[in-house]
Amino acid sequence: MLQSEFITSSIGKKIVIAVTGLFLFGFVIGHLAGNLLIFAGPDALNSYARKLRDLAPLVWSARFVLLASVVFHIWTSILLTIENRAARPIGYEVRKTIQTSIAARTMMLSGLVILAFIIYHLLHFTFRVTHPEISHLTDSLGRHDVYSMVVLSFQKVYISAVYGIAMTLLCLHLAHGASSWLQTLGWNNERTQPLFVRISAAVSLLILIGYVSIPISVLCGVVK
Amino acid sequence: MNFTLKVWRQKNRNIKGKLETYGAEEISSDISFLEMLDQVNENLAARGIEPIAFDHDCREGICGSCSLTLNGIPHGPERGTTVCQLHMRHFKDGETITIEPWRAKPFPVVKDLVVDRNAFDRIIQAGGYISVSTGGAPDGNAIPIAKEKADRAMDAAQCIGCGACAAACPNASAMLFVASKVSHLALLPQGAIERERRARNMVKQMDAEGFGNCTNHFECEAACPKEISVAFIAKLNREYVRAYVK
Repeated sequence: MLQSEFITSSIGKKIVIAVTGLFLFGFVIGHLAGNLLIFAGPDALNSYARKLRDLAPLVWSARFVLLASVVFHIWTSILLTIENRAARPIGYEVRKTIQTSIAARTMMLSGLVILAFIIYHLLHFTFRVTHPEISHLTDSLGRHDVYSMVVLSFQKVYISAVYGIAMTLLCLHLAHGASSWLQTLGWNNERTQPLFVRISAAVSLLILIGYVSIPISVLCGVVK
Repeated sequence: MNFTLKVWRQKNRNIKGKLETYGAEEISSDISFLEMLDQVNENLAARGIEPIAFDHDCREGICGSCSLTLNGIPHGPERGTTVCQLHMRHFKDGETITIEPWRAKPFPVVKDLVVDRNAFDRIIQAGGYISVSTGGAPDGNAIPIAKEKADRAMDAAQCIGCGACAAACPNASAMLFVASKVSHLALLPQGAIERERRARNMVKQMDAEGFGNCTNHFECEAACPKEISVAFIAKLNREYVRAYVK
């Protein structure tokens, strides 16, 4: 009973969002590391994809944790947002903020766009239903040709644009999210707080640069 | 100095309010915002208009009664200042100033700019105290407390319970208020005994009152007339987890 009281409290819900967000943050970094193998050439990326496939039990347990994190992260955020809206039924005529950031104020918007993007991204590269003509190729060793699938996709400007926009919003979401988790888990103080805000912004920017470097390199013809 | 005031007028809890425009003429730059309102009210009364109702008591920035939102910012534009200690020289001559009450569901408007802040009292009643009777004032230093701890407790104890934190928060969250009370008492030996029960019960009451949830905008810290740090919110989160794992 005490545990349900904890999890349904305002602080408990924030901790759920922080912990699940942290798992998802870890995934974003791991996924980027794998993606960057594209710069090592077709063989490196395709053999990495094959290795992941061979590690199926491990990959599936990671996917299970991630899926559960996504569900709890979003569900709890929606609950929190509904309560927050209800807490101020009559708003101010003059609306002004003093020190909050755009990232903090648009967490719901950026979050929902990222969710829509994840669904599209899975249909695109994982379930391979949106562009079947380029996503079912095999390379000379008979492996699934992930490299060609990515390159041929990003050569279409509108696909690259969708990825670019989504990654920009992800960067914004992470900038606030990553600096918030220490505070929410209670491991923050006056000295660590400004430092952590800066580190989070820098890490989020690096993640953005890392991800968009792939479509940009394809569009520029660096990767082909 | 002359100003145009747009003031929230509301007869009582049940009747909808709206902004009314009044002029404030020949205002000295050296008077406080509340003294300016007194002057406006005298003029209104002379013209047979009901004066603007607003909360105030000590007028020296320590009681936490005054509660005006000026141009969208609780206690107005000066950092670390209650609105009673805010002087008219901080405004531009001819400026339009919109005056609204605190806005949060647990702070219903009683009349004009006066809000009911009993929700904060109920949160204090849920555990913002020490249960043992202490008798008369004890001798100074009878209980040794490290200087750093005493200073830290005092930083939190500066809270005057005005409610600007909840009024400034985009989510109308009262976390900075609760964090100040929980931290202040948990840091001292007299209060530490009940720290787990206190953190649990005060947060429970805060949620029950209908305040929103903290999403780390830190607007509370910027609006707080006592400049209480959001680091105390991190401490409250820590105290709360501790109360359940212990």
